[in-house]
Amino acid sequence: MITLKNLSAEEYMLPGNAACPGCASVASLRIALKVLGPRTIVTIPACCSSVIQGYYPKSPARVPFLNTAFAATAASASGILAALEIKGREGINVLGWAGDGGTADIGIQALSGAAERNENFIYICYDNEAYMNTGTQGSSATPRGAVTTTTVTGKKEKKKNVPEIMIAHEIPYVATACAAYPLDFAEKIRKALSMKGLKYIHLLSPCPPGWRFPAEKTVEIGKLAVSTGAWILYEWSEGKYTLTGLSKGMTKKSSRKPLKEYLTAQGRFSRLSEEETKALQEDVDTQWDRFNKKLVESGTAPTG
Amino acid sequence: MILTGNYAVSYGVKVARAEVVAAYPITPQTQIIEKLAELIAKGDLRAKYIRVESEHSAMAACIAAEACGARAFTATSSHGLAYMSELVFWAGMGRFPVTMAVVNRTLAPPWSIWNEHTDLLAQRDAGWVIMMCSSAQEAYDTAIQAFRIAEDERLLQPVMYGLDAFSLSHTAENVDLLDQSVVDGFLPKLDPAKLPVYMDPDNPITFGNLLGPDAMMEFRHLTKEAFDRAPAVIEQVAQEFSKISGRPQTGLFDDYRCSDAEVALVAIGASSGDAMDAADNLRDRGVRAGVIRLKAIRPFPGREVRERIGGVKAIAVVDRDYSYGFGGIIGGELSSCLKGGVHRYVAGLGGRDITIGDFEGMMDDALSKAERGEDAKEVWWGLKELA
Repeated sequence: MITLKNLSAEEYMLPGNAACPGCASVASLRIALKVLGPRTIVTIPACCSSVIQGYYPKSPARVPFLNTAFAATAASASGILAALEIKGREGINVLGWAGDGGTADIGIQALSGAAERNENFIYICYDNEAYMNTGTQGSSATPRGAVTTTTVTGKKEKKKNVPEIMIAHEIPYVATACAAYPLDFAEKIRKALSMKGLKYIHLLSPCPPGWRFPAEKTVEIGKLAVSTGAWILYEWSEGKYTLTGLSKGMTKKSSRKPLKEYLTAQGRFSRLSEEETKALQEDVDTQWDRFNKKLVESGTAPTG
Repeated sequence: MILTGNYAVSYGVKVARAEVVAAYPITPQTQIIEKLAELIAKGDLRAKYIRVESEHSAMAACIAAEACGARAFTATSSHGLAYMSELVFWAGMGRFPVTMAVVNRTLAPPWSIWNEHTDLLAQRDAGWVIMMCSSAQEAYDTAIQAFRIAEDERLLQPVMYGLDAFSLSHTAENVDLLDQSVVDGFLPKLDPAKLPVYMDPDNPITFGNLLGPDAMMEFRHLTKEAFDRAPAVIEQVAQEFSKISGRPQTGLFDDYRCSDAEVALVAIGASSGDAMDAADNLRDRGVRAGVIRLKAIRPFPGREVRERIGGVKAIAVVDRDYSYGFGGIIGGELSSCLKGGVHRYVAGLGGRDITIGDFEGMMDDALSKAERGEDAKEVWWGLKELA
């Protein structure tokens, strides 16, 4: 179990990078590398994290980064693995680190292919719920109601459920995480490292400029995503769903904060009418009703 | 051994000890990757086969494998190559010495599986060495030499080579195979220390992060300089391969009876043998005809070809490809290297046969126009009324 005490004090992300103030993704990559350690190769497609690295000839990290094309993260990771295996280079972790556009949209084909082949690497999607690097265009991971520059009156469609798509591939491990809970995220990476095959972690990554909240509120917004039940922290392995962290106490509607608290804290939801806010609250309640059934089927529903 | 052009590539890749093969099937390339999958499964080739879900992923995986020190190969054709194109550029601009066989096929619509060279030529600005094979033997020989060329320290750029759909890919010929030990002596193991990009946790680097306008031109100029050295690399590799194989090798191009020619025809690919037969027929009729068969298209041997045929009365160029709004691609490229016009013949699009008689006709046509002082013009050879 990873705790603040045993989380590595080593830093593999170097100080000074081109991230926006309050960026959750770069803070989470820092945590991820602490768990993965120095024997890691990271491959990254076009996304915020490709810009965060800064300009050549500077390097952002103390581990090798292989940048690749937008759609190619999982294929690139597969090529790294194949080479490491055939060259007998053992004990090197491979991480695919991509945004929601590079995962839920343009990269899903390569990801699905790698999952079907059960390639032995960890894929982390840091989900800031839009194309933030290009200036907040809507993605399939943008939630219903959110304003982006291409969903100007608020997105009408629901967020694509990529973790469930990955579960359908029956890979060894799928988990969700939230950047506001770094130890929960770190523990999930630690677990993933202990398994062979493709491990998928979907990290909610609050984005101050894209979600339109003050940069110092990143953690607060992330916590609200979980405490209102909008984002569920869980893991799935061998057919079983298990809640983690704060979400363990969220199965009952009465234990969840009203979604409104999460929505009104962000400018991207400022256009919502009372009616639309109510509809989104119903979405969250339905999401939990369905999830609770999965917990019952898994035999992991909290008692009492 | 009797092999199709496709299988000749597979056996060439095997004896070259490719270590990672990432590929996606497309007609008429499938035999290449089926044979490699079989050789790997049987343990005859020690390599990893990645059964990717697309050509885009195939090249991404090959690039990543090269970045981790493994010799990588893929094969594709037409739509697959077009789909892969983003990563084709990534390999070229990133200087990853991947090699790739491209079975030349027409791009749809309408659907067609037959021969055309536009697929290969549309990738000509991607920073790859591009070659065209003319026989199954040459496909085998090129598959081996491609790795030597790509991995040469003076070059370090990827290499793709074309095989005409069916007329070469699926036509069986006798192919002389080389012993493993002979090829091992010719093609040393890939040394990671020589790679421009090597992913090593003990010496971590970042590949491909942002580069501003202040240095991009200088990066591109490094690649340009590598290509300036490419002709010498290709010629040297061909000479050394001639020695180990006992078969004289073409480096940049073949010159067939051009030294005293009054008409020279320039062609690429498998039908160039028919063009040479046509030149013989013309000579039987008293017309001094010759053929230049380009093997290398990038680097384009314009200067070298000009030295051979710059002074002939008429030059005919055959294009089994087309750049709409411009013309045949090889004809256009050659025109830029020669004084005076070339007679440009667009032929064989969509896999239509180009016969020995067609080649004779083109040379006759070019020579008679030149003798009449007519300007060189583009001709769509054998064009019919649509039914």
